[in-house]
Amino acid sequence: MVGARRIWIERDYESCSGCRRCEIACSLYHEGRVWPEASRVRVFMLIPGVEIPHLCFQCEDYPCVNACPSGALSADAETGAVRVDASRCTSCGVCITACPGRVPHLHPRKDHIVICDLCDGDPRCVEACRMGRWNALRAVPRVEGFSYRLYAKTPEILTSAVARRLFGEEIAREVEG
Amino acid sequence: MMGYAGNFLEVDLTEGSVKETSFSDEVLRDYIGGRGLAAKILWDRIGERWEEIDPFSPDNILLVLTGPLTGFIPGTKVCISGKSPQSNGMIGSTIAGEFGVDLKCAGYDGLIITGRAERPSYILVCDGQIEIRDATSIWGKGGRETLKHLVKRSVEDIKRLRPNYGEVKEPSILYIGPAGENRTRVAAVVSKYAHGAGYGGYGGVMGSKNLKAIVVKGFGPLPEAHDMEKAIQLFDEFSRRNFEIEDFRRWGTGRGGYHFGAETSSEPIRNWQEEWHNVESFKGEEFDKYWVKRYWGDFGCPVTCLKLSVIRSGKFAGAICDNPDYEFEAYMGTNLGIFRPEDNIYISYIANDLGLCGIQGGAVLGFAAELYQRGILTREELGGLELSWGNTEAFTSLAEKVARREGIGGILAEGVYRAALKLSQIKGVNLLQYAVHEKGVAIGAHGIRSGEDFAKNISYACSVQAGDHTSLASIREYGSGEASSILSDSATCCTFTTFDIEVEEILQLYEAVTGFRLTREEWYEEKALRILQIQRAMLLIGGPDINWRPGIDDENPPRFWEPLPSGPYKGKTVDRNQFEREKQEYYKLVGWDERGVPKPETLRKLGLESVENKLRNTKIID
Ligand code: SF4
Ligand code: SF4
Ligand code: SF4
Repeated sequence: MVGARRIWIERDYESCSGCRRCEIACSLYHEGRVWPEASRVRVFMLIPGVEIPHLCFQCEDYPCVNACPSGALSADAETGAVRVDASRCTSCGVCITACPGRVPHLHPRKDHIVICDLCDGDPRCVEACRMGRWNALRAVPRVEGFSYRLYAKTPEILTSAVARRLFGEEIAREVEG
Repeated sequence: MMGYAGNFLEVDLTEGSVKETSFSDEVLRDYIGGRGLAAKILWDRIGERWEEIDPFSPDNILLVLTGPLTGFIPGTKVCISGKSPQSNGMIGSTIAGEFGVDLKCAGYDGLIITGRAERPSYILVCDGQIEIRDATSIWGKGGRETLKHLVKRSVEDIKRLRPNYGEVKEPSILYIGPAGENRTRVAAVVSKYAHGAGYGGYGGVMGSKNLKAIVVKGFGPLPEAHDMEKAIQLFDEFSRRNFEIEDFRRWGTGRGGYHFGAETSSEPIRNWQEEWHNVESFKGEEFDKYWVKRYWGDFGCPVTCLKLSVIRSGKFAGAICDNPDYEFEAYMGTNLGIFRPEDNIYISYIANDLGLCGIQGGAVLGFAAELYQRGILTREELGGLELSWGNTEAFTSLAEKVARREGIGGILAEGVYRAALKLSQIKGVNLLQYAVHEKGVAIGAHGIRSGEDFAKNISYACSVQAGDHTSLASIREYGSGEASSILSDSATCCTFTTFDIEVEEILQLYEAVTGFRLTREEWYEEKALRILQIQRAMLLIGGPDINWRPGIDDENPPRFWEPLPSGPYKGKTVDRNQFEREKQEYYKLVGWDERGVPKPETLRKLGLESVENKLRNTKIID
C-alpha cells in the first residue's frame, strides 16, 4: 500500500467556503488544540469571499529542503511530505524564502517551522472538507514526473487570480488595488 | 474558569490607555459571556446613572464579548452591546465572523471600550500588543475601502511585530461605515463585506467614540477545555446534524423572500402596508443566477448558508454582497417595492458599504417612501428624489443621505420612531401610525398578522430587545421565550447552527468546555431570568431622549392592528383580547406586575436589590 500513500492535495479555491474546518481538524490532530495559527493549512482571506486554503504543495524538487542550512527538512520517502525535524530547526526562515508559495511558517509559540506532513497519508483537512461536501481539498494520487511546483504560488497571487474569476476583471482590480 | 482566556481588555479612548480586567468564576457562571455578561457589566458600571447617559456620549460603554463556546461550537459569533441609541435600553447584538476566535487566540474574552478618542482611531490587538492608531485616512470611507486599507496595513504591522514568521494571515476586523461615523441610530457594526450587528445601533456608538475599527490577530490556541474529548465529540455530533440541513445549506435564508411573502403573508411590502406578494422574481432561484459562491461561512460553520452575489454587468456592475439574506431581501427589497434581484443586490451592497443596518435602514427608507406616497413629504423635501416604490436609484441616494445625515437624511438617521416624532412635529400631523417599530427598534422582517411566521402576538411587544426578531418573547416555551436566545447570545452560538440542537445539548457542551454543570432549570428559572430583569429595567429606565411607559409601550405598532389588505390571509390580524391575555400571562411568567414592571420580590429572589432600588429611585416602582 506504499503507492496509495503517495497522495497530493488538490485544491479548488472557488469551492472553498471559508469555514476553516480544515484548520480546526489539522490543529486538533497535530496540537491537540483548536489553534488556527498552528494549523499546517491556513485559510487566507485577504479579500472577503476569496478564501485560500494554503498548505504545502510538495514540489517535486523540494526547494525548501535543499535550502535548509541545518538539515531540519527532508522529503518523506513514503508519502512525499516534507518532514520537519523540530530539534534541528533554528527558525532561520530560509525555507520560507525558498518556497515559491511561501507556505512554511513558524510555529506560533515554539521555535520551529511547521509544514504539512500529509498526516501520514490520511489527511485530516481533506476529510473535514469532504464531510461538509465542499470538496475544496481533495486527495489525489501523486503522479511522478508531474510539476507540482507550478501550483506553488503565494496567497496574494492565488487571491488575485481567484478574485478575477469570481468578481470579474474590473472588480478584481479594485479589490486588489 | 476553563473555556475562557481569562482576561478582558479595557480600552479608554479618552485617555488612550489600555488595561486588563478579569471577572470572578461566580460572575462568569451567572452571566456566561456575550449578552449576559454585557448586562452585568453595564448595570454595575453605569446602571446608577442609566437615565442620564446619552448613548452617544463618552460615558457609554461599547462591549464586544465572546462566550465560553466561541470557537467550540460550530459557527461563531461575538456579541456587541452597550446602551442602545435605538431603545435606550441594552441590546445584545450578535455578529458572525472570525473576530471572536481571533480575540480568544489573542488571549482575551472581550473588549470593554469607554471614552472618546480625540481623532478618528482604530484599535489594533496583536496578542498582548495593543495600539490605538490613527484612522484619519479611512474616516469617511465605505466598507470595501476600509477593509482593503486595514488588511494591507495590519498585515504589514504584524509582519513587523513578527519578523520571520512567514506569510501573515489577515487579522479579523470589525468596522463602521459613514452611517456609524455620523452617529446615525440606524448604523451597524460590520465585518467582512456584509455581516452586521445592526440591532441596537452600535455602529453609531462606535462612531461617537471616533472608533473606525477594531483589528485583532491572535496567535495562540483557543483556551483549554475541561474535557476536550467530549467537547470535540459534541462539536462533531452537532456538525453531523447540521450537514443534513440541506435546504438551509443550499439556499440560506435567501430562499425566504418568496416563501414569507407569498405563502405566509408576513414579509414587509411597501412599509408594511401589505405583507403579501406572489412576485416570482423573488424566489431563491432568481437570486442564484448572481451567485458566484454557493457556500460561504465563518469559522467552524457546517451550514455555510451565505451565498456571495456579484453583479458583473449593466448599471449596477461592481456590486458584491452576500445572498442577500432574507432580511435584506425584505427590507432592501419588497419593503421598498423593489422586486428585481439585481436591484436588491445593488442597494444591499450600497447599504452594507455605508454601514447601514439593513433592517433599521430599510425601515426608515420605507417609512419616508410612504410619506411621499401620501403627499406628506414632497420631492423638494427629499432633495429632489422621486421616492416612488421600486425606484432603486432614489432609494440608494436616500440611503446615502441618511448615512451622511444630509438634508432630510439628518432626520431619517434618527430611525423610524424618532423620525416620526420629529416629522409629526414639523408637519403638525400624527405620523406615528406609519412608523413600524417596537420601542425605537425597527422590527425584523417577520410580521405577526397572518399568524403563520415564527413571530406571534406579543413576540416583539414584550421582548427586552424590542423589535429584534432573534429574541422573541413567548409563553409557549417552557419559561420565557427569550431564555434560549439569551443562552445563544451569551455562550455565544450562531442560531443557524443550533436550530436542531436542544438547549440541553448546548448545556452539555458548556459543561465539557467549562467544567461547570448548568441545568436547564437553573438557566430558565434563575440565570436567564436574572439577565432578562436587568435588560427590562434598563429599557424601562430609558432616557435621556426617550422613555418607555410601563403598561403602555408594550404594544404592537399601529400597522400591526390593521387587517391584512390582501393575500390568502386577507382580513386577518392579531386578536386584541388574546394579545392582552398573553401579555399578562407573560408578565406573570417572568415575575412582572400587570404593568410589566419587575416585582420587588422577583428582583430580591434573584439577588438584584440594586435593580430594585434603582427602579424605586426612578419612581418606576413606588
Ligand atoms: S474545510 Fe474546505 S471549505 Fe472549509 S475552509 Fe477548509 S478548504 Fe475551505
Ligand atoms: S511548497 Fe514550499 S514548503 Fe512545500 S515543498 Fe514546495 S518549497 Fe517546500
Ligand atoms: S494533510 Fe494533515 S498536516 Fe497537512 S494540512 Fe492537512 S491536516 Fe494538516
